[in-house]
Amino acid sequence: MRFLPHDDADRAAMLWKIGVPSIDALFADIPADKRLNGLLDLPLAKSEIEVERILGRMAARNVPAGSGPFFVGAGAYRHHVPASVDHLIQRSEFLTSYTPYQPEIAQGTLQYLFEFQTQVANLTGMEVANASMYDGSTGTAEAVLMAHRLTRRRKAVLSGGLHPQYRAVVETVSGMAGDSVTALPPDPTGSEAIMAAIDADTSCVVVQSPSFYGHLIDLAPIAEKAHAAGALLVAVFTEAVALGAIEPPGAQGADIVVGEGQSIGNPLTFGGPYVGLFATRQKYVRQMPGRLCGETVDAEGRRGFVLTLSTREQHIRRDKATSNICTNSGLCALAFTIHMSLLGELGLSRLAALNHANAVKLAESLSEVTGVSVLNDSFFNEFTIRVPGNAAALVEKLAALGVLGGVPVSRLEPARPELADLVVVASTEVNTDEDRDAFVRALEEVL
Amino acid sequence: MQSEGRPTAPEPPGAGEARTFTGNRALQIEEPLLFEVGRHETTGVDVAEAPQVRSRLGRHARKAPLDLPGLSEPEAMRHYVRLSQKNYAIDAGIYPLGSCTMKHNARINEKMARLPGFADIHPLQPLSTVPGAIELIAELGRWLLAMTGMESVAMSPKAGAHGEACGMMAIKAALTAAGDNRRTVLVPESAHGTNPATAALIGFEVVNVPAGPDGTVHPSAVIERLGPDVAAIMLTNPNTCGLFEREVVAIADAVHAAGGYFYADGANFNAIVGKVRPGDLGVDAMHINLHKTFSTPHGGGGPGAGPVVFSKKLAPFAPVPFVRLTADGAEFVETRRQSGDSATPFGRITAFHGQMGMFVRAMSYMLSHGADGMRQASEDAVLNANYIRAGLADLMSQPFGDRPCMHEALFDDRFLEGTGVTTLDFAKAMIDEGFHPMTMYFPLVVHGALLIEPTESESKASLDLFVATLRDLVMRAKRGETERFHQAPMLAPRRRLDETRAARQPKLKWEKPQPYVEAAE
Repeated sequence: MRFLPHDDADRAAMLWKIGVPSIDALFADIPADKRLNGLLDLPLAKSEIEVERILGRMAARNVPAGSGPFFVGAGAYRHHVPASVDHLIQRSEFLTSYTPYQPEIAQGTLQYLFEFQTQVANLTGMEVANASMYDGSTGTAEAVLMAHRLTRRRKAVLSGGLHPQYRAVVETVSGMAGDSVTALPPDPTGSEAIMAAIDADTSCVVVQSPSFYGHLIDLAPIAEKAHAAGALLVAVFTEAVALGAIEPPGAQGADIVVGEGQSIGNPLTFGGPYVGLFATRQKYVRQMPGRLCGETVDAEGRRGFVLTLSTREQHIRRDKATSNICTNSGLCALAFTIHMSLLGELGLSRLAALNHANAVKLAESLSEVTGVSVLNDSFFNEFTIRVPGNAAALVEKLAALGVLGGVPVSRLEPARPELADLVVVASTEVNTDEDRDAFVRALEEVL
Repeated sequence: MQSEGRPTAPEPPGAGEARTFTGNRALQIEEPLLFEVGRHETTGVDVAEAPQVRSRLGRHARKAPLDLPGLSEPEAMRHYVRLSQKNYAIDAGIYPLGSCTMKHNARINEKMARLPGFADIHPLQPLSTVPGAIELIAELGRWLLAMTGMESVAMSPKAGAHGEACGMMAIKAALTAAGDNRRTVLVPESAHGTNPATAALIGFEVVNVPAGPDGTVHPSAVIERLGPDVAAIMLTNPNTCGLFEREVVAIADAVHAAGGYFYADGANFNAIVGKVRPGDLGVDAMHINLHKTFSTPHGGGGPGAGPVVFSKKLAPFAPVPFVRLTADGAEFVETRRQSGDSATPFGRITAFHGQMGMFVRAMSYMLSHGADGMRQASEDAVLNANYIRAGLADLMSQPFGDRPCMHEALFDDRFLEGTGVTTLDFAKAMIDEGFHPMTMYFPLVVHGALLIEPTESESKASLDLFVATLRDLVMRAKRGETERFHQAPMLAPRRRLDETRAARQPKLKWEKPQPYVEAAE
């Protein structure tokens, strides 16, 4: 077994030193009638080449996004990640280190977390960000819990433009905690009247912009209305690249900003691991969930970084903690930070502009297809189209022609027949003019 | 040999203290923050110019700059390589953090996770285009069930604590479905902090259960706290003292008899894979940290993955999504609506399907090890911990007597009594010796705890050096070399950091230094 350094002579010598006759003596506390005597009913160890064969065969059964025209978004986006990002995150010192509990020998991790926090705060226009959450959806549920703690109220109002699976996560967590949720109906046209849903019991309004359907939402008036009612605005995004082009939620009065950071630095990987971005106002920091890295000095007065404000956290406060989160998304946060460092504001702005332009061209092309209409006035790199007939069947037919042409809304909203003819379509910098033409041709063919 | 005046022997100790112009110490290079070296007009990514289109951003277009400096590619490479050189890593040496399971991270796992068929597939592309992904999830689930002897598995939890939440939510859902409004959860005092935090998150009241004098939970301590209000017990086994809970079956029976559920924290499952199945011990739900037991890398604090296995009683309540095996393969159930009559999922705990990248790595680990290798790994992990324990037993103090442990060896700080050296000092001195310290001050039930988990990845030579080093440190502490401990670490990239200052004056992001302003005219 290539991963285990001992041979039987080592094991025998070690058992002798320990003073037990056999390895079984060390497992004597396990009730004898429960102990396994033989091997588990699973295959035996395999060489590296065999493992590659087995997993390679499974991987080959999937259609990778890069194998053809690809326009799937709805919360996860295919972007180009520079080769240096994946190289750097695979350095042993990053990949195989633990949470930085010993800061003297973890300054590498701590400094990039400090950089990550600063980038996230600046990107969202907020004052402070944490060292990452699992992903955007779990971060959204944590934001709602945080808003409840801050306002001492227990009702969240969710926009109908919130990603349906984010909504489901908030509903599940809130239901378990005994908190109430008012979820507005799905809002494919971006025209809901969310302000009317805010009342004196409302702890927070959760609004996604760009919305699940792609609409850009005016957050400022919602923030104003929420604040007047003593509630908070939780602003959500699933496409971080959008913030290269649109007004940051922090500039529009958001109290908590939570988003999915996958777009920057991280591959699609069928939905995870991703990285949740979480930012808020300085005055709320002690109710924030998750790890925080802070600047300090060492015994010689040199700048250094440590995990801080841990009295919020489970390992200190146990059942009084702000969250149960422990492991987060360190390495994905590193990928985000490196990619963002490479982009800089200049690169991010250009990237966002290219995404937007590609999406505008796609929207124009698709809207010329007979029977297809684009529902959005405003959007960034994603929008919703109405197609004649069943959207899920259409997307399957497109896939059969080698085009992955968006997400049928019915996959996420199966109980809403009125949405069965909608497709959410995304276009990023990876799409070429040829991809777009292929999409249009395939669509014309199947309609 | 003619040396022509060049010194042929190293300078005496102490000469290395010399300060350098740069502040660098040879390979240890001081590195400023990105915000101090980056520039707003620089980018390390060449992006094609966007074609001219009619903007659809409308009034939402960004108006202000973002204050995000950029680096060219060579600058970025250097910046992050230099940062990496300030980190300890399992690839560089033993990383004996008790309860954290820092074992070897095989690179085949990384290679497999990067196959385009896994890394470049979208969670919402048509399921007809990802049969291999569903196959992998189903296969990983099958292995987990075989190892644990449980009924079903929820794959979507993102990490251990998220898995705990998933398991406890299923318990709450099962109780609610039975019209039972129990609100109390029993948690041993030695538990990880995530256990009580999780129970509280879901609206349970936590009642602590003390450990017995031998470091394990006694059935009597549980029974006297059981009642019609007890929803569940959360028990870690092997526990955080590194001991197998001998009375686990009696505890499970008592909890079940009182109408409660048994949640097992699987953080230490790595000690018993192939030796005993939790399902045979009466467990109703248990999360499995793929990043511990199955070596998906910790990455400086994540990402992890925390699938949860369920007993027959809880299986119907598992959250979406899940894989249902059918006559002609596997069906992927994504919504409650699809789940049919046989299941009543309690909801959804994350967008998409869980940590696929971690699933691939864990599957690669399992295939590589096989049933034989995994059992051997458990045995070697326990062997190594006991070897360390035996090597230090005469010099360091064991809180529960000189008895075998499982995968981690626990010491308390009695051996430091009268030396003026604390557990913290002792740990910091290990850093100067080139070791990552063990877990300190946890579990809370032991004073000044030092919890050492070597894992199966360490060779006998590595363990011998580790033991010899600790013995030497203990002798130095006992000899009164206190100052050395108080000053430690002296050779790391940083000396001890002022955590009090960090908490009192939180500085959580970089701010532009304020320019010196002349007095107003």
